[in-house]
Amino acid sequence: MERLILRDIPNFHRIDVYEVNGGYAALRKALAMSPAEVINVVKKSGLRGRGGAAFPTGLKWSFMPKDSSKPKYLVVNGDEGEPGTFKDRMIFEKNPHQLIEGTLIAAYAMGAQTVYIYIRGEYLKWINLLQTAIDDAYARGYAGRSILGSNFGTEIVIHRGAGAYICGEESSLMNSIEGQRGYPRVRPPFPAQYGLWGNPTTINNVETLTNVPLIIERGGEWYASLGAPALPGILLYGISGQVNRPGVYELPTGMLLTELISDVAGGVRGGKKLKAVIPGGLSVPVVRADEVEGLRMEPESLKTVGSMVGTAGIIVMDEETDVVKVTARIASFYHHESCGQCTPCREGTGWMAKILHRIERGEGRPEDLDLLVDIANNIEGNTICALGDAAAWPVRAMVRKFRDEFEAYIGRTRIVERALSSALPEPLTVKG
Amino acid sequence: MFTEQELAAIEAIMSKYPDPKAALLPVLWLAQAKRGWISEEVMREVAKILGLPPSDVLGVTTFYTMYNKKPVGKYHLQVCTNISCQLTGAEMVVGRIREKLKIGPGETTPDGKFTLSEVECLGSCGTAPVMQVNDDYHEALTPAKLDSLLESLA
Repeated sequence: MERLILRDIPNFHRIDVYEVNGGYAALRKALAMSPAEVINVVKKSGLRGRGGAAFPTGLKWSFMPKDSSKPKYLVVNGDEGEPGTFKDRMIFEKNPHQLIEGTLIAAYAMGAQTVYIYIRGEYLKWINLLQTAIDDAYARGYAGRSILGSNFGTEIVIHRGAGAYICGEESSLMNSIEGQRGYPRVRPPFPAQYGLWGNPTTINNVETLTNVPLIIERGGEWYASLGAPALPGILLYGISGQVNRPGVYELPTGMLLTELISDVAGGVRGGKKLKAVIPGGLSVPVVRADEVEGLRMEPESLKTVGSMVGTAGIIVMDEETDVVKVTARIASFYHHESCGQCTPCREGTGWMAKILHRIERGEGRPEDLDLLVDIANNIEGNTICALGDAAAWPVRAMVRKFRDEFEAYIGRTRIVERALSSALPEPLTVKG
Repeated sequence: MFTEQELAAIEAIMSKYPDPKAALLPVLWLAQAKRGWISEEVMREVAKILGLPPSDVLGVTTFYTMYNKKPVGKYHLQVCTNISCQLTGAEMVVGRIREKLKIGPGETTPDGKFTLSEVECLGSCGTAPVMQVNDDYHEALTPAKLDSLLESLA
């Protein structure tokens, strides 16, 4: 299939090359349409958010009030903190103008006069690349006041994050733009009613917006016909972990997971067998090798094994992977990144990490596994934002799907303890 | 505390937002760019400029991991140890740095040249394992690549 996001054309990131290949024609086309017409085309395309939640993009845009006198904002989410996800970075590097063009079309459709593009702090190189592209877009009259001679104008500002996973969550991202700690907000009110500084705001992922110029150019029906009906379109699959050719691959949605791992990414490294795969970024439940056959990267198919498409960040683990170690590391991550606002997440993530590291050290107790599932169940659904669920799901799935491996670790503890107690004549006591 | 040039840059940052408080993150970046870390003195000064209570600035500075709350070495080695790097050799990277530079995570060499930190996912999973040295990414690290990098910095 012809690649439409990560294009084959050399120097496509440069504005002159982008223009020669039809760039910014979709913006012209959109400006000749009414904002409502633009939203309708996007609705028809079936485009869903690519940041993990897969919310219908056109519908989200339609939530923005049409008659409000308040300033309206569009926020582009390029925080890309979900482990296993590295696609937005490719867009910044390879095709920044298609992102800018999609952003401008979205801003026009919603009447947003200011756009903030939030990019994770570590991506300084890519922030600079995007800033150059934005400057070029301004210089050619695509951004700023009176875009292409129309009466529509919008400013684009990059806001650099500073190392907080939680800021990829849209409401905490807004607080971060406002100069606060990245604490998620209670909803309702939703951002379209009460977003940045209390004004109507929409937050879209980088990849989502990069699809928009294609949709305006070729039509909603065309886009809706691509890939899987439940999640139509083009998807950037990020494949990492123990495969021969890790990387970002642009393909239609709904690809077979086996095909992605074996053919696209060249199979498991070192000729080893597959043990498990996390299909959609670290936060989605793991899939065991024996469940992979026939699974497609679309919601209905992944649901059958209790998982999700998420960010399409596919993390591959070979047969030698120590899932106990991996799960302990996963739990530490969420504990580190919990913002601390909600008790179930703040305490629960730390508790899970503590238990998992104790199991890893060979100090696990038989009751620990049920306790882990119980803690996960009590975090899930009981927090302001989705980080709680994101912390609960992978740990619970790992423990349920690889219970025997966790039990083996705990079993070893019991053997060591028994050996010690029979070897020692009497319990050691410390005198003093 | 801030140079004329920095103050002008701060003004420019503030003009990008309807509320000057929103300039806090970019202003902290600006301060750290020159000083390498954010001292209490800097926090107080930033608070004054943006009209914020110093406690707010402290709260924000400590919330975000990339703001250094104490001085770091000339080269800040930030090794990703999250899943994709864990699966492909993060342990090797940390272990080798430990061995060569005799520092563990959170420590700085006595000459102030290197600080080692273990960090969360850097979004470089396709080219794991990865380490960020100051602002630059060093990807698909192998023992040989890491050794020559450390030698070039020494």
